[in-house]
Amino acid sequence: MTGELTDLDRQLINRLQDDLPLTSRPFATLADELGIAEGDVVDRIRHLRDEGLLTRFGPFFDAEALGGAFCLCAMAVPQECFEEVLTKVNAHPEVAHNYERDHKLNMWFVLATESRLAIRETAGAIEQETGLKVLQFPKEREFFIGFRVNA
Amino acid sequence: MTLNPTDRAIVEATQAGLPLVPAPFAVLAQTLGLSEDDVLERLKRLKKLGVIRRIGAAPNHYRLGMTANGMTVWDVDDEIVDDIGPKVGALDFVTHSYRRPRALPDWPYNLFAMVHGADRDEVLAKRDQVAELLGDTCRASDILFSTRILKKTGMRLRRKEG
Repeated sequence: MTGELTDLDRQLINRLQDDLPLTSRPFATLADELGIAEGDVVDRIRHLRDEGLLTRFGPFFDAEALGGAFCLCAMAVPQECFEEVLTKVNAHPEVAHNYERDHKLNMWFVLATESRLAIRETAGAIEQETGLKVLQFPKEREFFIGFRVNA
Repeated sequence: MTLNPTDRAIVEATQAGLPLVPAPFAVLAQTLGLSEDDVLERLKRLKKLGVIRRIGAAPNHYRLGMTANGMTVWDVDDEIVDDIGPKVGALDFVTHSYRRPRALPDWPYNLFAMVHGADRDEVLAKRDQVAELLGDTCRASDILFSTRILKKTGMRLRRKEG
């Protein structure tokens, strides 16, 4: 996949992982940096997004600063009932991400709710429904967040 | 933090993304019935408050060939973890790093660092670099590779009643 990217694509993907200025014409700044036309920058970014190489273009929010509560949770789910438990867990709209991982604790999901109380309630409901313990790993401190990929 | 209704409307209107046009904030302003200057000022303030981390795009790491993803976890002395955590986060292959509570006795780890790579070997080599940085301050560690994405929905602020 990476072989199909032009140098310009790579520059754009790398540059868009930094911050764009909050100005009326943010792509004009980028165009100046890259030495190409503003319209070409916009077209190329749209192409990269439509091709799925870039996800959403826009502001990235700190969900906790918006007043939400988040908690990474983990469960040790027996293989024989994995799909059944998965259905029950994913049925909760509060479950934002869920990953299967190669470990005794094999199901890792993030609960996103409006309050800390709702985190406890949702985790409690999942324990009731599945009969399995939900370990909670709330963030105590953030050292870094941000995807830096060298395209 | 509670957003005022206009700021909240801006967040709701942009959480799925901005239009990819030369003047995206003017288009957003028109949608919301605000002036472009007002929208830009509000966005600048939200950024200063830390509600907006940045304006840009996220790469789809799977499409860029980064298909292996390992959650590395470390048991680091509580006295040291806050000092060494930022150094782990500053490694250019670490995409998220957090301090989290332990869940004893089964889970002694308090430092989490996500590592991505083209394959498991690359991720394991990067894990060794984290281990080297932590040195003797780390008592135990593990790595949990993801084997399947079971659900992935973006953050969505719910529309407020009334």
